[in-house]
Amino acid sequence: MVTAGNALVFTVVASSFLVAAVLAILPLPQWLLWARPEWIALVLIYWCIALPDRVGIFTALLLGVLVDALEGAVLGQNAFSLSVLALCSLLVYQRLRVFSLWQQCGVVFLLTGMHQLIGQWVQNLEGAGARSLLFLLPAVSSALLWPVVLHLLRGIRRHYRIS
Amino acid sequence: MVVCLIAADLRFNSLGQARALLDTLTGPVIWVADIPAVLSAWQDTHIRARSQLLEDNARLQRENLLLQGRSLQMASLQAENTRLRGLLNSTAMLRNDVLVAELIGVSPDPVRHQLVLNKGARDGVYVGQPLIDADGLMGQVVDHGEFTSRVLLLTDLTHSIPVQVNRNGVRAIAEGTGSLDALEVQHISATTDIQEGDLLVSSGLGGRFPVGYPVGEVVLVQRDPGQPFARVIARPSAALNRSRHVLLVFVGVPEEPIPAAAEP
Repeated sequence: MVTAGNALVFTVVASSFLVAAVLAILPLPQWLLWARPEWIALVLIYWCIALPDRVGIFTALLLGVLVDALEGAVLGQNAFSLSVLALCSLLVYQRLRVFSLWQQCGVVFLLTGMHQLIGQWVQNLEGAGARSLLFLLPAVSSALLWPVVLHLLRGIRRHYRIS
Repeated sequence: MVVCLIAADLRFNSLGQARALLDTLTGPVIWVADIPAVLSAWQDTHIRARSQLLEDNARLQRENLLLQGRSLQMASLQAENTRLRGLLNSTAMLRNDVLVAELIGVSPDPVRHQLVLNKGARDGVYVGQPLIDADGLMGQVVDHGEFTSRVLLLTDLTHSIPVQVNRNGVRAIAEGTGSLDALEVQHISATTDIQEGDLLVSSGLGGRFPVGYPVGEVVLVQRDPGQPFARVIARPSAALNRSRHVLLVFVGVPEEPIPAAAEP
């Protein structure tokens, strides 16, 4: 079986992150704002599981700095939380691959919850933290959306024969 | 490494250049995310019933007449103001130039009240520049890329603005509360003359915001004898979550003197 070249892998991974970034800042109605899924974190988790030797902490770091600029956060907030996220996904990727879908959702809930927590810590340093536990809502919505992201990205990966 | 980055940005504000570069880089993503809004605005302007257009036209003509009527006296009042200021030996009034900008993004994080505008360093936008809409002050620019800039709204948790009560000139600081329809006026002692319905305008102290733009209207004054300060809540005048077209104010262009009318 022919596998894809490096350039193609880069293009596919980068464009998936680009789409996630657009989704991450898309204007939403007020009542949905607190539950916005962490698209970038989801895509990062997927690539960490699927291509652990290509996508890792360094990718997460670069990505995080760009996300910080995009969201107007403190430079380093997302860089920090996304690198921790990548590290944790890399530690468990072998187990995660054989988990059932619902077990995977549970792990994704924990991972994105951690991502949110770290983000809150940094925001509290700045004095702009959330005042209730509502900031954990994205972890729930992300976990619920994990099957969609998984099947979509897996379809794309198989279509381009990236491994 | 990341910890150093966070510290550098948070404590020392030393990453201005890097932020500007990153903002320029991420600008296109914000443009793309704004496309649905642009499309719906296009649909609003291009696909419209004739009756509605006629109605709008009539309404705008009425408004225009009203505004023109009000501005008739403007020239003479301005001249009078300059004369009186001359009598008082006070400094010349500053004229504020404005730049129309359009909103292209809002912060995805509900805790952060930030907007992204389609004007950047290329159009002369600078950090600290005040932003207004048709009804009042909205906020200030906190960083800018080449083509976009990021604005912190008055209601953000980390924002405060010096204000004064329009009725009697009592000075205070209005802090953001993290909720889009409330500002908290800080450190008002229980005996201060401030009432519900009072208009708060920017006082210009601190030199960042120009004097006299409406900031908010006091909606709640709670005087609790057990507390050293009264609790005062104001509702921002500007339509913080509705305005799409906003004005960036260039503060402090000295006004040219009005020659003939100033002579008695």
